[in-house]
Amino acid sequence: MDDWRPSAAPATLRARARLLADIRYFLADRGVLEADTPALASAGATDPHLHSLRAGGGYLVTSPEFALKRLLAAGSGPVYRLGNVFRAGESGRWHNPEFCMLEWYRPGWDQDRLIAEIGDLFAGLGVPAPATATYADVFRAAVGFDPHAADAAALRRAAEADSLAPDGAPDDAAGESARGFWLDLLMSARVAPALGDGRPLVVTGFPACQAGLTRGHPDRPAEALRFEVYWGGVELANGGEELTDAGELRRRTDADLAAREAAGEPGPPPDPYLAAAMAHGLPACSGVAVGVDRLLALLMGFDRLADVLPFAADRV
Amino acid sequence: MATYSTNQFKGGLKIMLDGDPCAIVENEFVKPGKGQAFNRVKIRNLKTGRVIERTFKSGDTVEAADVMDVDLQFLYSDGEFWHFMEPNTFEQYQAGEAAVGDAAKWLKPEDVCHVTLWNNVPLSVDAPNFVTLKVTETDPGVRGDTSSGGNKPATMETGAVVRVPLFIEEGEILKIDTRKGEYVSRASG
Repeated sequence: MDDWRPSAAPATLRARARLLADIRYFLADRGVLEADTPALASAGATDPHLHSLRAGGGYLVTSPEFALKRLLAAGSGPVYRLGNVFRAGESGRWHNPEFCMLEWYRPGWDQDRLIAEIGDLFAGLGVPAPATATYADVFRAAVGFDPHAADAAALRRAAEADSLAPDGAPDDAAGESARGFWLDLLMSARVAPALGDGRPLVVTGFPACQAGLTRGHPDRPAEALRFEVYWGGVELANGGEELTDAGELRRRTDADLAAREAAGEPGPPPDPYLAAAMAHGLPACSGVAVGVDRLLALLMGFDRLADVLPFAADRV
Repeated sequence: MATYSTNQFKGGLKIMLDGDPCAIVENEFVKPGKGQAFNRVKIRNLKTGRVIERTFKSGDTVEAADVMDVDLQFLYSDGEFWHFMEPNTFEQYQAGEAAVGDAAKWLKPEDVCHVTLWNNVPLSVDAPNFVTLKVTETDPGVRGDTSSGGNKPATMETGAVVRVPLFIEEGEILKIDTRKGEYVSRASG
């Protein structure tokens, strides 16, 4: 049995340690507070596409978002966590159920300012300067039409014409959740693979039905103030201007729970601490989460996460 | 009935798809950080050999195909079926023309073949990579010519026709590469 050995080579482990140290130095230098928030919580993400692992009567966090937002509401100022998060069922070349996430928030900043700071961080790590594009543009270039104007049936037909449609797809009548399903499929299979060729690409203006916990665009109701960063076709980061309205948080959480109910996949209970913190007042802020393992793999020219993990999921 | 979840997908796994037994060639898990997860899978139809691409919702299940790869000894052909035997259990199997396919022209009794069974019935038969066959018919040899590089057709004992060097005579035993259908060398002497 040779599986006791590390997944990553010694030189990679040294590069990994250096990357973690460089990230901490960059953020400390800019006055962003490190908070090693808990990995285990009594509640978790209600997002129907995030599957929390259960542990010790609670849930392992799928991201540090809730704890960091509570710190922000308590007046922490700019804050980050660099550490591992957990997602059940995510396993593949670019997925590991436990992975290293860097997530940071900037109170009072809009997303453009945060995107510029991501570029600064990248520059110090040896990542080429990112370009930017809109979701509508990259989608149109790959699929041929404006995703924001397309209804579920139009998106489904595009997927079917491309022999992409899986069994068990949602009915067109499901509306926004069906749109989200087809957008995810077309994005994963047709759009994303070509994004960030050579240098990273920041894609802004994600559809409102995929807002997560970001704000809607003030002038364009079809869009959220949410962006993602792609490099070499791989999703590297996800961020935006954060939702601060506690009432809207509740509506989105209720919609998540209804979707989970309909899918027969009950999730963790909504986090009462986050709701209370947002009722107290989350400052206007932008935040971003970066997949650190992916970043390292792409920097080193690997084409799978296992090459940069001390121990990948098949060895633990 | 056995099933597999997409979480168990990996190269070589045998599944049923549209009523046909298939083998997974390649499995890629894709998922936007905040979105629906899918498995994009390359699948070989074991009946036709064709490779297609299919997308599954992650977490969905598919029926397992009862497919097994075994080594069987060829016994004889009765014209309709090719009969094989498992050399340890002596269990016999008969393969139809569709399963035997191109392998038929290379098969000689006692050769051991790689056979894929589906529900215990041969689905495909691979001839051994190399077989030794006797030449039953070819033009007279050109004596002394062992290097000119010219060749001629020769009919083998199984009926297969192979291009052989000019010096080969009827009755000789030859080693043939079945994957390319090419002469390799003399097997006797």
